[in-house]
Amino acid sequence: MVPLWMYLAVGAALFCIGTYTVLSRKNAIAILMGVELMLNAVNLNLVGFWRYQAPENMSGQAFAAFVLVIAAAEAAVGLAIIIAVYRSRRSVVVEDVDLLRW
Amino acid sequence: MVIGGITPEALAFGFFTILTLGGALGVALNRNLVRGAVWLIVSLFGMAGLFVLLSAPFLAAVQVLVYIGAIGILFTFAVMLTRSMTNLRERFTNQWWISAIVAALFFLFLLLGVVVPVWGGLTPDQAPAVVGTTEQLGASFVDGNQFVLPFEVVSLLLTAAIIGAIVIARLHEEEE
Repeated sequence: MVPLWMYLAVGAALFCIGTYTVLSRKNAIAILMGVELMLNAVNLNLVGFWRYQAPENMSGQAFAAFVLVIAAAEAAVGLAIIIAVYRSRRSVVVEDVDLLRW
Repeated sequence: MVIGGITPEALAFGFFTILTLGGALGVALNRNLVRGAVWLIVSLFGMAGLFVLLSAPFLAAVQVLVYIGAIGILFTFAVMLTRSMTNLRERFTNQWWISAIVAALFFLFLLLGVVVPVWGGLTPDQAPAVVGTTEQLGASFVDGNQFVLPFEVVSLLLTAAIIGAIVIARLHEEEE
């Protein structure tokens, strides 16, 4: 089998690419895509640790399934907010959305 | 079966890793967001393959159904509903290079500080061959001693999130 640290390295790389996307992109939809990448990296770590450390109970897979549900809910609400903001401001650039800025 | 020191599993791992990370890079760097959504789907497909390699077939199926089937399509629709903004002249914020440095340093820290020293010594033989099945996963979701409460809470959260998304995105006639 492939050693565990390789899966963890892939997860780390995926998480960092997601971090870069969230921090550097202007488009709000691209930022949400970055968040999805980060959640996927978390899922990979959860399932990897479950497979190599504790396969006798189903905690890792169960938690990964919960993360998946949260990711789906987050995508639905996030995209709804983006579409609502786009309707009122005609822009999906995060720097233009300064309604709550003091 | 070993061909030239590389097992078929390692080969599949490399293939799905390239799909996952290449797709993620496509999301991070692509100018056109429709193409970004396609790259996201490629990346999620690679993740489904890695789940299969980790002997979690149910999660792989859910990954394809929920992530690719639902979230990927949701992103495509959102991109098309805001289409005049999908081709921004400037893709990145002015601090993109700080972001790149932070992400690279974070990756180096994770790799050299956590992953290799702590988990690099774990040999493959230590991983037991016995793994949980989809049947066990389903039983753990409805078992009173395991995950029945989080399962119910998550179903409630999903309902609330979907209703909230409808309320937020709905057209308000009085404002139009």
